[in-house]
Amino acid sequence: MTIRSIFFAGCAVAALSAGAASADGTLVYCSEGSPEGFDPGLFTAGTTFDASSQPVYDQLAMFKTGTTETVPGLAESWEASDDGLEYTFHLRPGVKFHSSDIFTPTRDFNADDVVFTFERQLKADNPYHSLNGATWEYFESMSMPDLIKSIDKIDDMTVKFVLNRPDAAFVADLAMDFASIVSKEYADAMLAAGTPEMLNQAPIGTGPFKFVAYQKDAVIRYTKNQDYWQEGLPKLDNLIFAITTDASVRYQKLKANECQVMPYPNPADVEAMKADPDINLLQQEGLNVGYMAYNTTVAPFDNPKVRKALNMAMDKQAIIDVVFQGSGQVAKNLIPPTMWSYNDAVVDDPYDPEAAKKMLEEAGVSDLSMKIWAMPVQRPYNPNARRMAELIQEDFAKIGVNVEIVSYEWGEYLSRSRELDRDGAVLLGWTGDNGDPDNFLAVLAGCDAVGNSNRAQWCYQPFEDLIQKAKLETDQAERTKLYEEAQVIMKEQAPFATIAHSVVYMPVRKEVQGYKVHPLGGHIFTEVSLSE
Amino acid sequence: MLRLILFRLATFIPTFFGVTLVTFAFIRVLPGDPIVVMAGERGLSAERYAELMHQFGFDQSLPVQYWDYLWGVLHGDLGLSLVTRKPVSTEFFALFPATLELSICAMIFAVLMGIPAGVIAAVYRGRLFDRALMSSALVGYSMPIFWWALLLIIVFSGNLNWTPVSGRIDLLYYFPAVTGFMLIDSLLSGQSGAFGSAVQHLILPTIVLGTIPLAVIARQTRSSMLEVLSEDYIRTARAKGLSPWRINGVHALRNGMIPVVTVIGLSVGTLLGGAILTETIFSWPGIGKWMVDSIFRRDYPVVQGGLLMIALMVMVVNLVVDLLYGFINPKIRKR
Repeated sequence: MTIRSIFFAGCAVAALSAGAASADGTLVYCSEGSPEGFDPGLFTAGTTFDASSQPVYDQLAMFKTGTTETVPGLAESWEASDDGLEYTFHLRPGVKFHSSDIFTPTRDFNADDVVFTFERQLKADNPYHSLNGATWEYFESMSMPDLIKSIDKIDDMTVKFVLNRPDAAFVADLAMDFASIVSKEYADAMLAAGTPEMLNQAPIGTGPFKFVAYQKDAVIRYTKNQDYWQEGLPKLDNLIFAITTDASVRYQKLKANECQVMPYPNPADVEAMKADPDINLLQQEGLNVGYMAYNTTVAPFDNPKVRKALNMAMDKQAIIDVVFQGSGQVAKNLIPPTMWSYNDAVVDDPYDPEAAKKMLEEAGVSDLSMKIWAMPVQRPYNPNARRMAELIQEDFAKIGVNVEIVSYEWGEYLSRSRELDRDGAVLLGWTGDNGDPDNFLAVLAGCDAVGNSNRAQWCYQPFEDLIQKAKLETDQAERTKLYEEAQVIMKEQAPFATIAHSVVYMPVRKEVQGYKVHPLGGHIFTEVSLSE
Repeated sequence: MLRLILFRLATFIPTFFGVTLVTFAFIRVLPGDPIVVMAGERGLSAERYAELMHQFGFDQSLPVQYWDYLWGVLHGDLGLSLVTRKPVSTEFFALFPATLELSICAMIFAVLMGIPAGVIAAVYRGRLFDRALMSSALVGYSMPIFWWALLLIIVFSGNLNWTPVSGRIDLLYYFPAVTGFMLIDSLLSGQSGAFGSAVQHLILPTIVLGTIPLAVIARQTRSSMLEVLSEDYIRTARAKGLSPWRINGVHALRNGMIPVVTVIGLSVGTLLGGAILTETIFSWPGIGKWMVDSIFRRDYPVVQGGLLMIALMVMVVNLVVDLLYGFINPKIRKR
């Protein structure tokens, strides 16, 4: 056979088989980037979790897909002690770990796996703790090393976490990706074989899909876990990630049925997607906020009246229309409306340049010049910070405030904006980790976070007291009241101009059934199926 | 000839050390550091920052860091990626075949199209073909790769459905990488249709990446052919009554090729640069995309290791080109 005839025969077969991709229960997901690895404990990027913790692993408690509600996962049930310092988890029996070419489990999931999962992140003497420069950054940044006193195996199916202080968000924290349960038996086997890095390269979990292969920057393949503990799931036989970094190219692939689901469309393509008969455009408000943080320690921004006046001069709706091209909504609170305890009774400062001007005069401020920092990167909560800064500049000019826009390289931006004596208001944002209001209010506006993730450098005792009290309270109704009150105080004090919550769009092909946009940002295929 | 080889090799060594220093310095000149970028919006405490700086050895003085790096390089160790924690050399050799395959195809495309086009343009100087060719070469040279690639995808993949949008092979085919070259691996796999699919996937990226070298080669071939064609010995050949084919194709072309070979050699650098954009758009898993991602993440070991490997590659190609001159032009051998 000549090369030419091989080529044409190949084309014919490829053409015949191209349409068959969706028929045999194989779904192709055009993912936006490469995972850093497959051990979710080691990393912090959502792209990595999509490829590791979501398909391959489970957690003790899990988020119900499409919500921020925690439901039983590998733990069937749990209870907290009255002082909130001890959490006892009752593990699910009969859960099987995956098997692969290099590993076949000899036992079911048990308490040893849970203890190992957390101790490798917590204890310096665990052989996996410092392997290949591991830093366990998510575990660290959620303050787990300070929070967890010990993890005790009570019996094979019971584990007790002892905490140093009560934390109402603890169960939600354990539903996060870094808390994915890994197999101790696999870890021991790989350590004995001298290849501990396999835990990160060829993951073994209990999740709905088994990892098959990863070709860097190109393809990740998974196959159905036939022994999955959730009856009837997953529905797909095979799951393939086709790594496609360019959003326009992802859209072309979706149109050509080279993939059936894609994340992060270009805002400019959204209209065309809505009109496309082959595509369902799913959408949900993202669990995020884009804000502008004043430096509340520097005059005149230490005066709430000045901050309030500036907020009133800002035409937020115009920003949503121009910067988000409609795929966003005005933020009146720091937490998004999909989150429990969102206080809808809070009234946003009206857009009123005249009143704003007057308020500034009353505060004795004239000829104000300020800097606004514009991020150099795109984020869901702020797709174009430069443009946003320009719009605010125009708005502020109307009340006689002169704005200079500054920007730095991203790493510089992040570290300089933390400085206590920073000059100017910073555009930035936040995407929630665990669906708990504490994860917004304490991280972004708590006293402990001043000089770090609290870019407003705002430490206000009445507010702080409320969020600290809420953190120790385990009754959600009580917590809701406290957080609602905290949001009222924040509106009065205006340490931030809360600007927008983005809308997350998720284009899927018509034959994709059961896909739910997850508010925490993950892309989950457990309940997805394909119809002909 | 031996002297030439030895001389070229001798200049190779200082260049190599220079490159290690430049690659080491380059990434450190950029503002921002990997640890801050890793922490993102969340940030991290000053103590934790210092701890991580120490863990990765970034708290040591620059000369010490450079020495550690150089020592590693001389022992064939490029370090671990800060992001994936895998050896840089492992990642490089996993991705490089994809870039090499695409670059070779693009170069073959550029040479096979560019040299004949340049020769024909020179022979028919001033005619319609010449003018059309030279204007399209100018357009090809100045066209933004990003735009050109998207245009081809929308027309040929989107509207006409002739070629796949991106990737290296249809995802239905699955076989382990043996050589890393998809054209070879797909044949080795024995799966029917795999090779055809790999070829189809190569078409658009090859055209996109080959466009600029094609334009440069066509223009260079034309101008050096024009120069040669006006030489006395060509007139002599004509006077002898040799066929135009023999005059243009043998006598003129061989001498006209010297500058063209130089351009081809220099294009290797351009190809690797163009590969960055081409790979990003076509989701081609090569080193270009890998380098760009690593620069954004300030993954020092990957950037310095990857740049060093690319620089070595360009140096080797240029060495080969220098030696090729000797082959084409005997005068150079004597120097």
